Amino acid sequence: MRNVVTLLAQTEGDVEGGLRAVGYGLAAIGPGIGIGYLVGNAVQAMARQPEAAGMVRTTMFLGIAFAEALALIGFVVTFL
Amino acid sequence: MLGAFEFPPLSHLFEWPDIAFEGTPFAINKVVLCVYASSVLVILFFTVAASRSRQGSHVPKGVQNLAEAGLEVVEKNIALEVMGPHGRHFTPFLAALFYWILFMNLFGLLPLIQLPAASRMALPMFLALLVYVLMWFYGFKAQGPRYVTNSIFPPGVPKFLYVLVTPIELVSKFVVRPFSHAVRLFANLMAGHILLTTFALLTAALWIAKWNVIFLPLPFAMGVAMTAFEVLVAALQAYIFTILAAVYLNESLHPEH
Repeated sequence: MRNVVTLLAQTEGDVEGGLRAVGYGLAAIGPGIGIGYLVGNAVQAMARQPEAAGMVRTTMFLGIAFAEALALIGFVVTFL
Repeated sequence: MLGAFEFPPLSHLFEWPDIAFEGTPFAINKVVLCVYASSVLVILFFTVAASRSRQGSHVPKGVQNLAEAGLEVVEKNIALEVMGPHGRHFTPFLAALFYWILFMNLFGLLPLIQLPAASRMALPMFLALLVYVLMWFYGFKAQGPRYVTNSIFPPGVPKFLYVLVTPIELVSKFVVRPFSHAVRLFANLMAGHILLTTFALLTAALWIAKWNVIFLPLPFAMGVAMTAFEVLVAALQAYIFTILAAVYLNESLHPEH
């Protein structure tokens, strides 16, 4: 038991960096799904109604920007 | 094999020593030089084009043609698309924002310079605060003090829901918005810069390793591909930053429905 504690104390410094990377990985899941879903539907909308492509594209980029923000905040926090 | 590979601390990538005016707020380092260079380039480009136009050459050629096409891209895809007919009024501001950010981002890919200025937080933060201040200014100009109440009490919501909606709107509109606006530009370019550095360093580390003939081309090809991808990111982030600025300004000009 004591050995485990000292081992944990020793590796604490190493683990911290790894946990940050894991945190970023977790933060990327949601936006990944969101952006995939969003772009997929936008492509479908553009295919169905090509004359509305400009409007759909603008809205799509806006949506991507908002969804992406979460992943990017996770990325920045990794370095804090 | 990768024993020789060691990633330098991030401060080595982004923090540059001052070249001139050390210790003053006007200190110049590589990042500031990139910012100045891109401002000068954008100003020169559009001034030359405008002077051609003022000389009365109504058939655009060369620089004038390029500048007019560039302005039209911003006007058609951002100003008119997001803000409607009176977005034309904001075209100069949005175009300046777009081309300034685009030039600075492209400095991150120019060989021998390769430093996107927006990968330091100061610049995106300044731009986001500029848009934030303009948002308040136009909000009060167009709607008066009702700008704040319209923003945090969106009309058309059942009364009892304001308990829930108002704090969310308050935080998301006036606190988180400039932050996420700045971080979006900053983090994308910082990530891109780190990515390119990683593959460049990996290529350099494999140069002296065993079996380098087999393994060296892999990170090198990846670095080339990522550089092409970063061109896309540079343009896309400039576009997204500008389009969000347009959306925020549009919201202050018109209350929601």
